Amino acid sequence: MSELNHRELGLSDEEVLEMYRYMLLARKIDERMWLLNRAGKIPFVISCQGQEAIQVGAAFALDREKDWLCPYYRDLGMVLAFGQTAKEQMLSAFAKAGDPNSGGRQMPGHYGDRRFRIFTGSSPVTTQVLHAVGIAYAGKLQQKEHVVLTTNGDGSSNQGDWHEACNFAGVHKLPVIFMVENNQYAISVPLKRQVAGGEIWKRGEGYGFPGIKVDGNNPLAVYQAVKEARERGINGEGPTLIEAVAYRLVPHSSDDDDRTYRTREEVEEAKKRDPMLLFKNYLVEKGILTEELNQKFNESIAREINEATEYAEKAPYPDPETTYEHVYA
Amino acid sequence: MPVISYIDAVTQALMEEMRRDSCVFVLGEDVGVRGGVFRATVGLYEEFGPDRVLDTPLTESAIVGVGIGAAAYGMRPVAEIQFADFILPAFNQIVSEAARIRYRSNGDWNVPMVIRAPYGGGVHGALYHSQSVEKLFTGVPGLKIVMPSTPYDVKGLLKAAIRDEDPVLFFEHKRCYRLIKGEVPVEDYTLPIGKADVKREGSDVTVITYGLMVHYALQAAEKLEKEGISTHVLDLRTLIPLDKEAVLEAVKKTGKVLIVHEDNKTGGFGGEVAALISEEAFLELDAPVQRLCGPDVPAMPYSPPLEKEFMLNPDKIADAIRELAEF
Repeated sequence: MSELNHRELGLSDEEVLEMYRYMLLARKIDERMWLLNRAGKIPFVISCQGQEAIQVGAAFALDREKDWLCPYYRDLGMVLAFGQTAKEQMLSAFAKAGDPNSGGRQMPGHYGDRRFRIFTGSSPVTTQVLHAVGIAYAGKLQQKEHVVLTTNGDGSSNQGDWHEACNFAGVHKLPVIFMVENNQYAISVPLKRQVAGGEIWKRGEGYGFPGIKVDGNNPLAVYQAVKEARERGINGEGPTLIEAVAYRLVPHSSDDDDRTYRTREEVEEAKKRDPMLLFKNYLVEKGILTEELNQKFNESIAREINEATEYAEKAPYPDPETTYEHVYA
Repeated sequence: MPVISYIDAVTQALMEEMRRDSCVFVLGEDVGVRGGVFRATVGLYEEFGPDRVLDTPLTESAIVGVGIGAAAYGMRPVAEIQFADFILPAFNQIVSEAARIRYRSNGDWNVPMVIRAPYGGGVHGALYHSQSVEKLFTGVPGLKIVMPSTPYDVKGLLKAAIRDEDPVLFFEHKRCYRLIKGEVPVEDYTLPIGKADVKREGSDVTVITYGLMVHYALQAAEKLEKEGISTHVLDLRTLIPLDKEAVLEAVKKTGKVLIVHEDNKTGGFGGEVAALISEEAFLELDAPVQRLCGPDVPAMPYSPPLEKEFMLNPDKIADAIRELAEF
């Protein structure tokens, strides 16, 4: 898969296996949600498929006890690695009262969870990028040692809020990691019609901090980049922009049909570089993962998701009376 | 009690709150070294330093968005938008984010932030330095909207806004800044957000208004008293939450209601007040509810005769009261 060796990055065999398991859990939850959607059981899915390596690689490079996340709607792998569970994802998918993100108020993928310092997100893109800067600034005022990682897609890196956030964090040298999960498409519009110059990472230089491009299909490459960015942030050297390049393997959402704007051949070609496949091969090659262990992972994850689905399906909806709660304190 | 100006009340409230609570900090354009283009934050930079009196890049959406992140973290940001006219680039952060964060997170997160913005005309500010923007926000649940008229109200309500657990839009009438002076206690005090205030008792006609128009209504009332017309003036002080009880009480006083605001008539907050009266106090009315508002043109023009035509003044208000008294 790559020249990178996890041990040289300071990751143990156990840790990379854990990374793999989180990636697999994210992929399998996502696949189940599509089935539930097509069966008419849940109204909407927005996917992480193809971006698991970015999300889990980044989460493992952070301090998952101290650092903050302002994620975007595809970051299933990231929020799982930060502590949310399969059961909680299903509660959100079924819009049940127990959904920790919103109590069933928001569509799935709109993460937010104070327990894990995951700040609540919305649907207008890149608003969260400014919130990340504000959290970092507040942490600086309170002399806390942590970084904030915020993510968005390639198309969103054109939004005004994204640029305002980069500039603000650059001026004040704040410990923010701006990570663009470049999956090549903003719904139907490909990168070349979205991003002038085609290289998002180069925008970092204009804001006075480093920008780097990494292979988003390789969790070790993302891990390495985020680890270094975190060091910079903690050392007071300011923000880092990371463009992690992958491919969105499925339509934008359950309401999209990607056959209207890209060929099946292109998608099949991208599947050859599916991060799940590549990372599995790497682990097998290194003698860490066996077919037998992989089978065990798949089985335990299937069980976990079955239980989660069953639990969430039976769980209560929010009481209609609660519609009026939490408008003001 | 010392007499201070409206803008001094803003400065004092900020100064005292920043001394009281180290989580309170100010951010905005030119708020630091310069002390604000209106000088509302004068002296803060010297006392609290550049980190708590933060000169931001010229980016309104970032001022509000960064404030939201900091507030959610546990700070008490007071963001200044230099002119209310320039709040629109931050509209998405205010409406989609600040207003909805408590609701959308099912109470997991909240945004204890104040957004201060000078609004209003009569200062040769033309289209983009004179606007009243409250109607763009009054229909957005999750926000509180405060629009005080006197130094006493400014200080007590700004302190309350800073201590509030939810986002508060605090609109200051820029014509009031140095024109309006009043007594303000030296001791710490707050005023409840959501309570209107009777600024003058009367029995013939009720005027319901807020901001600079309170003063114009009081001047009109003074003049009309000599003509034998008694005017009751209710200052809303807070648009959201609206003090419904006080509105209904004020209607009962006279049975004739004139609502006055500088914001455009169509879609302006007066329509909401009129609807409330019609729903809940129709039988108290002796005349149709009247509105005297800014005209439905896009904004206030620069040229003096045009500005004068747009702006309300005590004479226009007196005419409207007289007409209603004679109904």
